[in-house]
Amino acid sequence: MIYREAGRFKTSYASDQAIFPIVQDRVFVRAAVVAAFVVPPLVAGDYWLQAILIPFLIYALAAIGLNLLTGYAGQLSLGTGGFMAVGAYSAFKLTTAFPRLSIIAVFLLSGLAAAAIGLLFGIPSLRIKGFYLAVATLAAQFFLIWLFNKVAWFTNYASSGTITAPDRTVLGVTVTGPNATAAARYVMALAFVTVFALVAKNLVRGRIGRSWMAIRDRDIAAEIIGVRPLRTKLLAFGISSFYCGVAGAELVFLYLGSAETLAFDINQSFLVLFMVIIGGLGSVLGSFLGAAFIILLPIFLTRLPHSLGLIMSVALQKQIELMIFGGLILFFLIVEPHGLARLWQIGKEKLRLWPFPH
Amino acid sequence: MAVVTSGPTQLEIRGVSKSFGGVQAVSRVSVDVQKGQILSIIGPNGAGKTTLLNCISSVFHPETGTIVLEGQDLTRLSPARVAGRGIARTFQNIALFRGMTVVDNLMLGRHIHMKNGVLRSMLYWGPGRREEVEHRRVVEDIIDFLEIEAIRKRPVGSLPYGLQKRVELGRALALHPKVLLLDEPMGGTNHEEKEDMARFILDVNDEWGTTIILIEHDMGVVMDISQHVVVLDLGEKIAEGTPAEVKAHPQVIKAYLGTKATV
Ligand SMILES: Nc1ncnc2c1ncn2[C@@H]1O[C@H](COP(=O)(O)OP(=O)(O)O)[C@@H](O)[C@H]1O
Ligand SMILES: [Mg+2]
Repeated sequence: MIYREAGRFKTSYASDQAIFPIVQDRVFVRAAVVAAFVVPPLVAGDYWLQAILIPFLIYALAAIGLNLLTGYAGQLSLGTGGFMAVGAYSAFKLTTAFPRLSIIAVFLLSGLAAAAIGLLFGIPSLRIKGFYLAVATLAAQFFLIWLFNKVAWFTNYASSGTITAPDRTVLGVTVTGPNATAAARYVMALAFVTVFALVAKNLVRGRIGRSWMAIRDRDIAAEIIGVRPLRTKLLAFGISSFYCGVAGAELVFLYLGSAETLAFDINQSFLVLFMVIIGGLGSVLGSFLGAAFIILLPIFLTRLPHSLGLIMSVALQKQIELMIFGGLILFFLIVEPHGLARLWQIGKEKLRLWPFPH
Repeated sequence: MAVVTSGPTQLEIRGVSKSFGGVQAVSRVSVDVQKGQILSIIGPNGAGKTTLLNCISSVFHPETGTIVLEGQDLTRLSPARVAGRGIARTFQNIALFRGMTVVDNLMLGRHIHMKNGVLRSMLYWGPGRREEVEHRRVVEDIIDFLEIEAIRKRPVGSLPYGLQKRVELGRALALHPKVLLLDEPMGGTNHEEKEDMARFILDVNDEWGTTIILIEHDMGVVMDISQHVVVLDLGEKIAEGTPAEVKAHPQVIKAYLGTKATV
């Protein structure tokens, strides 16, 4: 695609502040979103939808959530798994307590429940920063998982300790539970991540997002110009946890079907953090790229040796996977903290200048 | 030039003290700042000038004394509330939001004047968007005033030092403050940048009537643009008055101007 920034005059500040100030970009993105709703359900097989696309969309939502907190507001959190669990268990309790409640409302309310818990665990952020804050959020992670394990009420006293997604419909189509098709679950996950990616974009280009970035870049200067630190950080914790909560509910209801607390352990927290770092801190697009990368890498690593005729044990494969993650995270933290999103942007700028690079 | 204006007292600094461990950084300093004045604070390094500004903007709370703006006590307020009452500042070592563009830094200067909450920001539509555009206009006026149109979309971390100083002034101006505190706005800049900065300071004072408290080392600039000068040494106020009076003050000559003074 050839496009030019030059020659298109910004007609107003409103259009200058648009998410995609370049018309071609806007058209392209809209077309891509429409295609994402229509094409995969028609052409992708169940394997693609179930093993790749659905988890990708759900993790992208969680990654956007963590990115708002860590990438934009600069508050490191290792509690993502815990906040996702709050969403999942809330959704389970809500569907069993209110069987007639719309599943969309269930997801949103679960997000709100996670937001409330996130707010609570965000309070220490006023006093502590960086490493110490990370440890405090780690405590939240362990406490929440312990709580869901310990209190049988959360699983409706199921002896197995698992929560299961019931059948629920939207506009007559079953979207959760054992009878929902992969295509229906995919569309549902896509609808949520589309809306909330747009909401995140709106937040970060406006007053709220700027106050987050101000706290991240220079907290004392932020205070001096009137940004209230506690309120700003708590808002970031609340909104971030909302995203993680909805993603957690989706993980059980649209992807796994049933789950135990193990699905939300500390590894989840790290996984989402890796997505954010590799994709790009402070980038909504990066959250998608990071999620795609981390979902695809294990699949790629499973298939590659096979197609090369090599036999590799699952354990070895896992080890290689971790080594690649580790190496990439070091690379991105040291060399390119803006992650894949930055590389994408560089590529795009090259394209924009092509074929006259001067 | 130094026109002596004696308007009503706008900012009253009364017996302010602040110490760090054993160091008495500011000791019982009182200053009356008149509305619309350009007041300079001079003194050797470590005299307590920055600490005094920090007390005014509530970065530190003074151990004794009060700071009163237009009859309202600011002494115990948080820095964010002090900003809300109409005090803006720049820092000796520049404290911009380095990862953000010039426009976004200046938009942050509008933060306290904006009302967009979570819901409006999420939608970015109707009133939410209108407010953003409205304040962007204010910011663009400041960008024009400071002649930084060409760099408005640049991340401030990538700008040369002198321009960063200018952007930081812009962010403070965006608050539309009643009192503007400038901590060595010309420190570390070249001759031309100094002249530009002096011109901006005079214009701000002239056009908007903003009261300005300025810390500056360049005596030429201080004598040229300020109506009132306060001299600090070792945390104490040793003299104050018009530039001419201060220049002639024996203790000032001894403590600060030394033999370099060209009286
Ligand atoms: N945050 C601080 N912690 C400890 N000592 C400080 C701090 N800020 C200033 N001081 C001390 O207070 C004294 C006054 O410093 P400062 O106000 O920066 O002086 P000036 O701005 O006039 O050069 C110095 O002795 C300095 O070392
Ligand atoms: Mg100083």
